[in-house]
Amino acid sequence: MKTHIIRPLAVGVAALVVTAVLLGRAQAGDDEFYPPVTDKLTLQECGSCHLAFPPSMLPAASWKRMMGDLQHHFGDDASLDAATTAAITRYLTLNAGDAPGHGSKLLRGLKAGEAPLRITELPKWVREHREVPKTDWTRKDVSSKANCAACHIDAAKGYFEDD
Amino acid sequence: MTRFRQSFVLLCAAALGMPAFAGEREDLIARYTAEARAADPAFTAFSAARGEALHRDRHAGGKPDTPACTSCHGEDARAAGRTRAGKAIEPMAVSASPTRYTDAAKVEKWFKRNCTEVLGRECTAREKGDWLAWMMKQ
Repeated sequence: MKTHIIRPLAVGVAALVVTAVLLGRAQAGDDEFYPPVTDKLTLQECGSCHLAFPPSMLPAASWKRMMGDLQHHFGDDASLDAATTAAITRYLTLNAGDAPGHGSKLLRGLKAGEAPLRITELPKWVREHREVPKTDWTRKDVSSKANCAACHIDAAKGYFEDD
Repeated sequence: MTRFRQSFVLLCAAALGMPAFAGEREDLIARYTAEARAADPAFTAFSAARGEALHRDRHAGGKPDTPACTSCHGEDARAAGRTRAGKAIEPMAVSASPTRYTDAAKVEKWFKRNCTEVLGRECTAREKGDWLAWMMKQ
């Protein structure tokens, strides 16, 4: 007779646990979601050599600085014609991490007015990756800290969860 | 009348059967031919063999981590390559990537960037034509 009460109860509790776990995961995922680039030109021009990094990963001042000197782009000449450069700069700054209504988590710890060029030097980025062993960065399939997708398999979709 | 209709249908079929992008590629080759001839009156034709050598040779003038085209594009031009930041590069051979070299501005942009990286200078029209000849041959 007792099982008639216990079984539905157990099912209910199990369902609750599953829901809680799923919710928790969704929230964790939310925290590591950076809307991916949707602008076609930006995707094409920035994304042919590296992941088209989500604009919210840097403040507007950084994007302006970077787009202003594409000839010296981390050792490469990535210069574009003036019209293309202007259009991409506009998209990146409008969607930057400090643009109105954005408030990117990745910019936490960054002092006002700072305009870093490397996402990998942001205090929060460094903190989040401190447990990654040095040897992982030099692995042939990783080879560069700019290669997010080597570990974050859904990076192109904007998800940068721990893998 | 029926004969006319027949030839019209045949003509349309021929037009549709043609590689859709051949025109743009031929224009590009014609442009490099004219430039190569202007630079050297003795120039006769592009050579796929010279193009392959350019692609595979290790050059000293460019950046140390990209001594050859194959540093990023890989040894097999029919297979995908990989940038140093981990992005896949579509195969360079026309047989594997049929839409390649159909946008002159794009071709010029990448020749400028990549020749500078690998050779430490821009490529000449002859080099560009040779290289394209090899990519179109395979």
